[in-house]
Amino acid sequence: MSESQDLTGTGDAQGGLQPGERETITLINVREGMFGAQGDTSGYDLLVKPVEMPGATERPYGEWFDGVVDVLEELLGEDADAAIEHVVVDRGELTLYVAREHLPAVARHLRDDQDLRFEMCLGVSGVHYPADAGRELHAVYPMQSITHNRRLRVEVAVSEQDPHIPSITGIYPMNNWHERETWDFFGIVFDGHPSLARIEMPDDWVGHPQRKDYPLGGIPVEYKGAEIPSPDNRRQYR
Amino acid sequence: MTQTAPHATGAFVEDPDAPEYSAYGGDWSEIADEAARLAQQRIVVNMGPQHPSTHGVLRVMLELEGEVVTETRAGIGYLHTGIEKNMEYRTWTQGVTFCTRMDYVASMSQEAVYCMGIEKLLGITDDVPERANILRVLMLELTRIGSHLVAIGTGGNEMGATTVMTTAFVAREDTFRVIENISGLRTNNAYIRPGGVAQDTPEDAVALIRKVIPQIKQKLDELADLQLENPIFKGRLQGVANLDLAGCMALGITGPILRSAGLPYDVRKADPYFGYETYDFQVPTSTDADAYSRVVLRLEECYESLKIVAQCADRLEATEGQPVMVADKKIAWPAQLSVGSDGQGNSLDHIRHIMGESMESLIHHFKLVTEGFKVPAGQVYSAIEGPKGLLGVHLVSDGGTKPWRAHFRDPGFNNLQALGILTEGGQVADVVVAIATIDMVLGGVDR
Repeated sequence: MSESQDLTGTGDAQGGLQPGERETITLINVREGMFGAQGDTSGYDLLVKPVEMPGATERPYGEWFDGVVDVLEELLGEDADAAIEHVVVDRGELTLYVAREHLPAVARHLRDDQDLRFEMCLGVSGVHYPADAGRELHAVYPMQSITHNRRLRVEVAVSEQDPHIPSITGIYPMNNWHERETWDFFGIVFDGHPSLARIEMPDDWVGHPQRKDYPLGGIPVEYKGAEIPSPDNRRQYR
Repeated sequence: MTQTAPHATGAFVEDPDAPEYSAYGGDWSEIADEAARLAQQRIVVNMGPQHPSTHGVLRVMLELEGEVVTETRAGIGYLHTGIEKNMEYRTWTQGVTFCTRMDYVASMSQEAVYCMGIEKLLGITDDVPERANILRVLMLELTRIGSHLVAIGTGGNEMGATTVMTTAFVAREDTFRVIENISGLRTNNAYIRPGGVAQDTPEDAVALIRKVIPQIKQKLDELADLQLENPIFKGRLQGVANLDLAGCMALGITGPILRSAGLPYDVRKADPYFGYETYDFQVPTSTDADAYSRVVLRLEECYESLKIVAQCADRLEATEGQPVMVADKKIAWPAQLSVGSDGQGNSLDHIRHIMGESMESLIHHFKLVTEGFKVPAGQVYSAIEGPKGLLGVHLVSDGGTKPWRAHFRDPGFNNLQALGILTEGGQVADVVVAIATIDMVLGGVDR
C-alpha cells in the first residue's frame, strides 16, 4: 500500500485534485451511517457521504493518452467538444466519457484511424448508479488496440427514463452478444441492434436483474439452531 | 419498456402448419420416413441443451437442408447463476470463491484476473511479493494445460475416440496433483487472493512439480501420436470449421482460434503481468485457420506451459521462505492455512496467538475476515491470457468493502458467437467439431 493512497473511499488522491475543485462526473453512491446498522445511538447514524468517481483530468494526461485524444478530437472536428464530455486518467487507464449520440462516430474513428486502430471492443459492461440522477445507467466499452498495444475505455451514461444508446454492432460485430447481455441485465436499449433479445435470462423474464433495485433473492437458512438471513438481508459493513 | 423484445429462442419457421417431430433417440428412421413422406428437405433440429458435446448446457438450433447446415443459432443462459450479482453482496476477498466457479475448467484464471483488478484499484500491484507471483504463474500455467487437455480430450471423445479422452484426463489429473498439493483443492481453489496467494507451498511441492512434468509430457506425446497423423482424425478436422483472420477480428476472437489464423496475439507477451516477461516461452501460431491447427496449437501451448512450469519450480526453490502475501496487514489475510487433524484450517500457531495472547490480533482478524478491507472508489479493467482467450474483468468500487460491479469478459462467451460462421454451409456432423474447437465452458459463458 503506497502512502499517498486514500483508503477511506473517495478516490480523489490519484488525480492530484482536492475535493470540491472539480465537477462530479459520476456519483457512485451516497453512504449513510457509519457502521451499517440502523438506529445506532452514537450519532454516526446521521452521517451522509457522497462517493464519486475520480474527476476529470487536466492536460497533459501522460503516456500515449494525449496523442490519442488529440487525434480523436481532430477527426471529430467541431463535434469534438460535444462528443467527448470528459477525459479521465486514473490508475494508469484512460476513460473517455462520450455523449451517446456521438458514440458510433467515436467508435468508427477509434477502429479505423491508423493512429488509433482499436480493432477490438472487449464487450460492454453495464453499471447502475441509482444515486446519479439523470445518468443512472452507464455502458462501459473497453477498447483494445492490437496494432499499438493499448487499451482505453469509452463510457456512455443515460438515464433510467430514456435508456437508449445507439448500437455499435455495425462497427464492432463482436459486440452483438455483449449488447444483448447488457440489455438483459440492465435494460439499456441498444438502438439499431439486429436482434436485441434477452440472452441469459428466459425470454419472458420480467425486470433487469443486475440493477441495484433488483433484489438478490435467497431465503434464510438455519445453521446450528440460528437463523442466518439471506445475503442481501445481512448486516452490511460499509 | 414499451418496445416488444424479439425472442432469441422463438420459432424458426413462422408457418404454424409446419409439421413438428419430437425425437427421443432410436426413432430416427420413423422420423426420416415421415419427413420423406411429406417431401420435406428442410428440417429444423434442436440440439441440446443436454448433449455430451456441448461442454455444459448449450442449446444449438440448426436448420438443415438434407445434411447441410443452412442456419445455426446458439441459445445460452441455461447455466446462468448470477455470479456477478452475488459478488456485489460479498467482500472483495469472498468474491474469489465466486468467480473461480465461472469457467470451472480453468478456475485459476478468473481468480488471477479478479485479484489483478483489485490490486490495481488498491494501487498495490508492485507490492505483491515475487514468490506470490511465481505461484500465480505456476497455477495459471497448470490450469492452462488442464484446460487444453480437456479441450483436446473431450474433442476426441465427441468424435468417438474415447482413448484420447482418458489419456488427456490422466495427464490433467497430474496437474491437479500439484494444484491440490499447494492449494488444498483440485478445482475452484480460491487460492489466488487480493495481495498474494492463500498459502505457501508445502515442503514437497517442488519435488512433486519436477516429478509430474515428465509424466505430463509423456501423455502429451501420446496424445500427439494418437491424433496428429491419424487419417480419420485428419479427415474430420482438416479444413473444417475455418475462420480466417478477418473473421476473427470482426468477431473479437482471441486465444488459440485467433492464433490459428496467424496473429500471434497473446496477452502474456503483449501486456505482461505477474512477471511473465521474465519467463522463456514461445507463442505457437499457425495459418491454417482450421480445427486441426487449433488442436496442434493447444498441444504446443501445453509444451510451452510445461517450460514455464519448470522455470517456476526453479524460482520457487530460489525464493524458499519468502512472503506470499503483501506486507500490509490491513489487506493481507491474517492467517496462513494449514492441515490439522480435522482438515484444513487456520494455522494452529495463529489460533494460539489470537485466542491466548493478543486481544488486538483477535479483533483485527475478526474485522478483516467478516468486514473485509475497503477499496478506494474508481474503476479498472484488467485482462490476462486465459486458456481460451482474452479474459477481462471490469471492476467498480464505491469505496466500500464489496464490489459495486464486477463484470467478466469470458472469452468463451465472445468466441461462441462464431458458431454460426463456423458451421453454416457445412455438414451437420461438423457442428460437433466446431463446438469442440471453440472450447468454451458454459459455466463461464453464462456466469
